[in-house]
Amino acid sequence: MGRLEITVNGIVRDATGTPPQTNLLTWLRSIGLTAAKEGCAEGECGACAVLIVRPDGARSRLDSVNSCLVTLGSLHGAEVVTVEGLGTPDRLHPTQAVLAAAGGSQCGYCTPGFVSSLAGEYYRADRTPGQHGCGNGVHLEALAGNLCRCTGYRPIKDAALAIESPPADDPWVERLAQPSSWPSPVSVSDAAGAVVRPASLAEAFDALDADGAAPLAGGTDLNVERNILGRTKATLVAVEALPELRCLEFTDDHIEIGAGLTLSEIERRLAGRVPLLDALWPQFASPLIRNAATLGGNLGTASPIGDSPPTLLALEASVVLIGRRGEREVPLADYFTGYRQTLREPGELIKSVRVPLPLAPLTAFHKIAKRRMDDISSVAVGYAVELSDGVVSRVRIGLGGVAATPIRALATEDALLGCAWTPETAAAAASVMKTEGTPISDARASAAYRSAMLEQSLLKFFASTREEVAR
Amino acid sequence: MTSLWERPDGPVVGQAKPHESAVGHVTGTAYFTDDLVGRLTGVLHAYPVRSPQTHALVTRLDTEPALGVPGVVRVLTAADVPGVNDAGIHHDEPLFPSEVMFRGHAVAWVLAESLEAAKAGAAAVVVEYDPLPSIVSIADAEAAGSFQGTTSVVRRGDVDAAFASASHVFSGELEIGGQEHFYLETHAALAMVDGSGQVFVQSSTQHPSETQEITAHVLGLGSHAVTVECLRMGGGFGGKEWQPHGLAAIAALGAVLTGRPVRLRLERSLDITMTGKRHPFLARWKLGFDDELHLVAMSGEFIADGGWCLDLSAPVLARALTHCDNAYNIPNVEVVGRIAKTNKTSQTAFRGFGGPQGMLFIEDALGRCAPQLGVSPEDLRRRNLYRDGDSTPYGQPVKDAGRLATIWDRAFTTSEFERRRAEVDAFNAASPHVKRGLAITPQKFGISFNTAAFNQAGALVQIYKDGSVLINHGGTEMGQGLHTKMIQVAATALGVPYELVKLAPTRTDKVPNTSATAASTGADLNGAAVKNACDQLRERLANVAAGWLSHDTVEQWNLPLQPDDVRFADGLVYPVGHPEMGKPWAEVVNAAYWSRVHLSAAGFYRTQGLHWDAKNMWGSPFKYFSMGAAVSEVEVDGFTGAHRLLRVDIVQDIGNSLSPLIDLGQIEGGFAQGVGWLTMEELRWDTSDGEGRGRLLTNSASTYKLPSLGELPEVFNIEVVPNLSERGAIYGSKAVGEPPLTLAMSTFEAIRDAAAAFGPAGRDPKLGLPSTPEAVFWALTEAREASAPPST
Repeated sequence: MGRLEITVNGIVRDATGTPPQTNLLTWLRSIGLTAAKEGCAEGECGACAVLIVRPDGARSRLDSVNSCLVTLGSLHGAEVVTVEGLGTPDRLHPTQAVLAAAGGSQCGYCTPGFVSSLAGEYYRADRTPGQHGCGNGVHLEALAGNLCRCTGYRPIKDAALAIESPPADDPWVERLAQPSSWPSPVSVSDAAGAVVRPASLAEAFDALDADGAAPLAGGTDLNVERNILGRTKATLVAVEALPELRCLEFTDDHIEIGAGLTLSEIERRLAGRVPLLDALWPQFASPLIRNAATLGGNLGTASPIGDSPPTLLALEASVVLIGRRGEREVPLADYFTGYRQTLREPGELIKSVRVPLPLAPLTAFHKIAKRRMDDISSVAVGYAVELSDGVVSRVRIGLGGVAATPIRALATEDALLGCAWTPETAAAAASVMKTEGTPISDARASAAYRSAMLEQSLLKFFASTREEVAR
Repeated sequence: MTSLWERPDGPVVGQAKPHESAVGHVTGTAYFTDDLVGRLTGVLHAYPVRSPQTHALVTRLDTEPALGVPGVVRVLTAADVPGVNDAGIHHDEPLFPSEVMFRGHAVAWVLAESLEAAKAGAAAVVVEYDPLPSIVSIADAEAAGSFQGTTSVVRRGDVDAAFASASHVFSGELEIGGQEHFYLETHAALAMVDGSGQVFVQSSTQHPSETQEITAHVLGLGSHAVTVECLRMGGGFGGKEWQPHGLAAIAALGAVLTGRPVRLRLERSLDITMTGKRHPFLARWKLGFDDELHLVAMSGEFIADGGWCLDLSAPVLARALTHCDNAYNIPNVEVVGRIAKTNKTSQTAFRGFGGPQGMLFIEDALGRCAPQLGVSPEDLRRRNLYRDGDSTPYGQPVKDAGRLATIWDRAFTTSEFERRRAEVDAFNAASPHVKRGLAITPQKFGISFNTAAFNQAGALVQIYKDGSVLINHGGTEMGQGLHTKMIQVAATALGVPYELVKLAPTRTDKVPNTSATAASTGADLNGAAVKNACDQLRERLANVAAGWLSHDTVEQWNLPLQPDDVRFADGLVYPVGHPEMGKPWAEVVNAAYWSRVHLSAAGFYRTQGLHWDAKNMWGSPFKYFSMGAAVSEVEVDGFTGAHRLLRVDIVQDIGNSLSPLIDLGQIEGGFAQGVGWLTMEELRWDTSDGEGRGRLLTNSASTYKLPSLGELPEVFNIEVVPNLSERGAIYGSKAVGEPPLTLAMSTFEAIRDAAAAFGPAGRDPKLGLPSTPEAVFWALTEAREASAPPST
């Protein structure tokens, strides 16, 4: 079995012998780095946030992630930065100094997590004054995955708005100017389970042949299951860094998005070319999650309340699966076969997602949830519509949260196709949409509200497109 | 001795200081209980064996299989308890129960070398149950007559006669939801037997003395054999006032029986399903108004869902009953309160402690009555505010009652309420899908523990020969900034710089018999005790200094200096009016030592003038009232029911602030927590008859949502009423911990206003709690349907 070495705050630490499926947070705390805290163990509160150094072309980037959702064994060769590594009481990091001075901490338990998220934003290479409506270019949404129960957030917001640009001689600026790499191939195991990071696709297929092996592509869902429900896998095969899974290509008739890219990377690299996905990103969990989660992971877990499927269904996307016998392309609409079940066969990996071009001009993503930031949807709807001379000539509607799988609103699409885009058409189609799926009542919403939201969503979409057309 | 409320020259209180641990917080060097585990060796981890039944008798408990799990060291059961098998002071709360009372109730605890081994061990313990019928809602309890504690009534005047002669009478019912504390740090205890044989427990507790008392009675020891320390808490909010005791006792029992340190930390899913929450209430109200729309009568009923045992339910109910008048004068009142006994977690203290539920009772009622009376809610509320000379339904004169109208008018004016009301109306007339709402609500919150005896505190202040000062007091730090304020109080009372004072963690062997840090009284009580200790020390030092300084004053004016003319400020000790003649503080202290003057003092404080007849709910339980008002403006999406909080204006009376930055944080944070309670945070229990009956459905951070940065009001203006000094409290300050939470009622009322705007005027604009998008959607749908033409 291999060694497991992780650089933390500039020091190479030997983690060999620690159960490899342990999360990063547990290990950090066990070696005395207790700044990162456990608040929820499911990536909702951000108290455990730490920074990971990752490649960004020829440079590097600091991504803030929930350490409770990172599998320790997948980090061989990785470089982690905790709040202890940013600054000390005698030499506060600028982000620490502004938070402390602003009254940004009360009980202090969530504070290291906020420091981590804020430091990620402090070093964001493309942060420029005026961006996101802020003088210092800070994107406040960077703090959306951190919960504070004490302050009400105003002083934290003020602190974020007070950070300046890092000076040129800042040690992290110098570090980030240098390249870095994805974690190295490794194979580590103990009685509780193994983690394999294959060096190639072929090695990945070999590893996936083992009994109880499962692909790991971000871990923001698998680690919740492990932390909360105690569910483990015999072997986790970390695939997100495989080059085949990290493509992003634009061709004449489609866009191909690698399944191993983090959602943050996709957002950055698509650079606004798919407006429907741009509507999705800010509502997809939190930046702490989007810095770790991958599109392949979101489709691989096949949750009926995953956020990406409604938009990808509306975009008529397909999934490219790859196995020993080669590749196959499956329409996403056919891919989900049952509750958390898909057409993906054991041994196969999701390689990429293809979005056909041209894109429909009218799109929207509606997520109905209790909270605007970082919540799980009660109902999610993705729209892609084309009008020709005021008549619906093409329509795709994807739904989440109303059935055992994400589904297309086929009856509603039928009711719209070929009709004039009028209030009467929208009202008639909305009453059809209300009957789509088989919503249930649960902790998030009642079945009646879910059905009502389907109806209202279409009415809202219609109203918004009329405003757009008017403009 | 100096007066309690007057400030000396150059006080350190009143300066805006960041939290005393802020630098520790941001660097991760401010340690919490569970951060200490790695500093000890041989620590055992405790994990509970939990009931999958909602209510059942335990018929068999076999711990043997767990001992076969690698790493398991011991399983704790009732047979191991040398003292009293109970986690509370009412003795209705068995620590190891033979009858499980709620789903998740711990019947045994496994100790193991690792958390994983403890979990595996817990899974291996065999428990058999004989299920019993369960009660999982207030409706169930009412039907079954399942109540606990006594029935309490607040009564004044003759409600029957008043309703009979009232011009307008309305009645209604509301279900007030509970609230999960969701302190970011879950419950934690770390226990060991120290080198002297003392049982030493580090506990995340708001009430170390009671944690000590319970731990001692479980262990069958005197309280002197147990020491409890609380470094700091990662939030408490009332959730750690009562609930830590049993957990600390388990850890201590394990440490005593194994001789090894025991760590007990509840994971979030355990914390949320095993420990108590804010009490859900069912409230029924009836209000009578005269022709001038003045309230003439109020009657009603509260049923608080206390959960499976009493813990703090009786005082919570008492506070609800003493706050259901909120800020309004009502001559005839009769409100009855009872506590339901249900098979749920034992509901407990939560910021406001029943006060918010009581205040919501009347605010919800007024919000619903106003449209039906044809007046604006702001008009109806304003005309019923208490005036000077009025007294509460429980017989206490409302001190500074006239201030309520002053504060209200200030909030009304500075928020430009009238102009914005017109703008909101114009916006709504032009906007079919999105409506705005605007509302103002007042706040009057009684300060002191209802139980008079708890209004006492102690402190220990020590001055070392080098002049440095170490203070201890009985209050605990949970983020509210109490320790910061206490340092400021000590620095002010001794006339030394802030930096010269250090505060040691709260420990029961330093200050005994303390009250909980609760009821917003932390600074009032402990501050006065710290000041008392400092006053004693300063008096002793003044005697020394007077003799010393007299050399100079005799030389200059031929007058010896009297001790009460010695002044202490900025680290100098000098004759009044002559700082240039001053001696450095450290030199005076050193001189005192050589003169054999005692440089340590125990301080004590008891709040004077309180009396309360709990049986008849009559008296003057509160030292004074905190007052405020808030204006909220919201925008509601008619398609989804989701709202945005556009602007909030708060005016709060905090007396003469001890620490303005800390107090601002309390106002903002309390308000945000109230907004969470009223608009978002939803506890749903499975009340079906199926397998899951009694299960908390919103049992994790992914299903129980608290406010995030996105819920921060887009515009947030806070004003504290200037130039007010409260003579009943330390250095003229006022309590600030709980009252601001209740200002969030303005947001709820604004949402009601916006939802009602989807329909015709004059309706009963009922709105469910919490006003989640779903609740608001149903309310606005009802409003819309009221304006739709009747279908043919």
